[in-house]
Formats: sequence, structure tokens, C-alpha cells
Amino acid sequence: MSITRVIPVLLLKNTGLVKTTQFKEPKYVGDPLNAVKIFNDKEVDELIFLDISATPENKKPPLEFLKQIAEECFMPLSYGGGIKTVEEIKDILKVGIEKVCLNTIAVENPDLVKKATDRYGSSTICVAIDVKKNFFGKYEIYIHGGKKNTKLDPVKFAMEMDKAGAGELLVNSIDRDGMMQGYDNDLLKKITSQVSMPVIACGGAGTLNHFGDAIKQGGASAVAAGSMFVFHGKHRAVLISYPSQEELQEAFGN
Amino acid sequence: MIAIIDYGLGNLGSIKNMLRKIGINAEITRDINTIKSATKLILPGVGSFDNGMQNLTDLGLIETLNQKVQIDKVPMLGICLGMQLMTKSSEEGKLPGLGWVDAETLKFKFETGEKKLPVPNMGWEYVKAEKESPLLKDLPAEPRYYFVHSYFVKANNPSDTLLTTKYSHDFVSGFEKENIIGVQFHPEKSHKYGMKMLKNFIENY
Repeated sequence: MSITRVIPVLLLKNTGLVKTTQFKEPKYVGDPLNAVKIFNDKEVDELIFLDISATPENKKPPLEFLKQIAEECFMPLSYGGGIKTVEEIKDILKVGIEKVCLNTIAVENPDLVKKATDRYGSSTICVAIDVKKNFFGKYEIYIHGGKKNTKLDPVKFAMEMDKAGAGELLVNSIDRDGMMQGYDNDLLKKITSQVSMPVIACGGAGTLNHFGDAIKQGGASAVAAGSMFVFHGKHRAVLISYPSQEELQEAFGN
Repeated sequence: MIAIIDYGLGNLGSIKNMLRKIGINAEITRDINTIKSATKLILPGVGSFDNGMQNLTDLGLIETLNQKVQIDKVPMLGICLGMQLMTKSSEEGKLPGLGWVDAETLKFKFETGEKKLPVPNMGWEYVKAEKESPLLKDLPAEPRYYFVHSYFVKANNPSDTLLTTKYSHDFVSGFEKENIIGVQFHPEKSHKYGMKMLKNFIENY
């Protein structure tokens, strides 16, 4: 039996940890290394770090920081943000991060996904897509931190990435980011019914029930969340938390 | 001295990091003399089967490893691809494996449809002990470990099977044959259960 992965997604902006709402208004939520230590103590399933300032500011991956994290964390770690070349992927893996998330570059240079999976194996390469519904209810992929509309259809693109050998797909809903009202299960279902790789739901989690919905209705293999693990209460006070194994088992009906 | 064998594949740093956390100093090495003098060996690996066997061959390590493991009976732990390399063959490649355990590495093949499980199997799974072992000392009955793999081991000799896991069907998630141990999951990425298992490997063998 597979245990559904529940993954905190931590957003880096320069050297701080932030949380956005609909990809805007980044709110400072603390020191990343400190947060990592807390999540490690809570024995989270996995952690994903996304540097949201990397691509817009044309920065390289923060290797020294990633190395520090890897020395403290005994769980699977992923990093995304500003990756452009296979060499950068190699450097990231070398410091002890096991997966990379490719977002803007996967759209701009899909060949890199193929090259990277050939060299480092599918399980090392996660493609992340940021999706927004347009005025007519059509889903479109955005890149450059949600700033640039590619007009690409997420389902078609997901199938392409599946074929290119990507090991998993992180589907992030821009509309639902930080809203804590539930995942976009329709979007998830459209994608998960067409690809064989595992899909991680992201954007919108506010309760444990939302997790179960993304799995059962959306067909996702894993769930990711930001706000839910860093905010507490209706005033969104910063407090790092993670559900217990018992709570998670109940949420997934295992 | 504990040697983590560096054959150009895999996340060697994380194993060293976890060992350091439990107060054990290990050396990441591809040097034959260092490997010869090691008291315990760890064969990690993430990548493809043929790539792994080819690298071991190119580095001239196979003879030394055969000597250490099969004649000197030095305890050796294979992790993920490292475990698979200890088998006779893999559906992932054409090259023969190290063949220390009578087992084969097969690919997950699932029928398409609603119930189709994703491949690679990436995530936490429970493992079930099939026999007693010092490797499992003080671990709970069904601890959870982190897996990332598209291929799995099928052991021909049931007495070699140490742990099993279900991913659509049961597969061998750990084997133990005398001094030869392999685990399909990543103890170095599995919090306290992984830490305990590595500690057991260091202290109880």
C-alpha cells in the first residue's frame, strides 16, 4: 500500500521564506533553515523548495543554502527556481538534493527535460506547471513566476512531459494559491487521467479534507501545500505545523 | 572504516550526512586500497543498471568487491540501484549484475486503466519483515521508508527475502544472504527509521 505523500512547499525569496496569495503579495514567514529544522523534526514526507525570485531576477540556484539544508534533512528534498542547464542540475544533486523542479525552462526548452531525465533518471526530474483559468474558463500555463501567459494547454503539455520522461508533475493552481479553499480537482482530473507519472496537487489546500479530495476526485498521487503548514488561524499568524500520521491516515481513509 | 562506494551514480552525500548525524565517520571512495581496507561497505546508487555495472567495471572495482564480499565476507549494504546490482540481471539493461544473490530485477508493468499505479513508485511505503535480522533490531513491526524506483527485485530463494512491500503486488524490498544485504528504499531519506537501520547495519554486523 502506498502512503500518500503530503509535501510542504516552501517559497524562497532572496534569503527569506515567503508565502504568496495567487502568486502575489509575498508575506515573510521566517528563516528557511529554521523552518527546515522544524519540518525535519516533524518528520514530514518530503519538502519542496521553490525560489520564486530566481527566474524573474535571473539568479542561479542557491547552492550553498541547498547544501546546508541537505546536511540537516533526512527526507527527500526538491528544489526549483532558475534552473537552465543540465550542469546546474548536476550541481544541485551533488549537494544532496535529490530532485529538481523545472518550470519556466520546461516550457522554453522542453529538450532539457529529456536530456536531464536521460542523464539523471526520471525520478530526479519533476516538472512544475503554474496554471490559471482564463476569462472563458480555459486553463493556460504561465511561466516566469506567473507573469507570462504561454497560452499552452496544461493537459497537452503534461502529456508531452510524460513522454519526455519526467518523473512527476507538480500542478500548481495560480487562482487557488494561498486561498485555502481546496485544490482545483477538475484541473487535476483532466491531467491525471492522461499521464502515467505521479501528479502532485498544489494550490488551495486549507484542510485535511482537501487532501483527500485531491486524491479521490483529482486522481493526484501526492498533495503539496504552503499556507496550511505556515499559517495558523484566520489572521494568518505564522506558525509552522504538520499533521500527525494518524490525522493523515484518517484524511486518506487508509 | 566504512566505505561508501563512489562509482559516479547517486546521492552519496546524504548517506554520509546521516551517518555523521549518528556519530559515524564514513568515507566516500572509489580507491581500491581504501575499499580493500574497509570493514563495511555501502553500495548506493540512483541511475540505470547498465550504467552502474559499466562504471564499476571501468573503475576496476568488480574484482575487489567480489573478493571483499564473497571471500572475506565483509558486510555490504546495497541501497536502491546498489541492491539491484547485487542481483543477476535487470530488465533495465543487458549487462549481467554482480550476481551475489539469486535474484532478478524486473520492471513494474501495470495494466492501463483507472487503477493503474504510477511508475516510478515514488513515495513512502510500509515494509514487512519476512525473517528476523539484526538489521531490524528495535524497529517497529511495519516501519515506513522512502522509495523511488521503476524496477523491483524478485528473489528466487525465499530464504534470502528479508523485507517485502506491496506496490500492486508484493516485491522484495530487502534481502539478506549472509553478509550481503540490499534494500530497495532509501534509509538515508527515511528519518528515524532509516537512521536506526543504518545504525543497526554499523553496530550489529
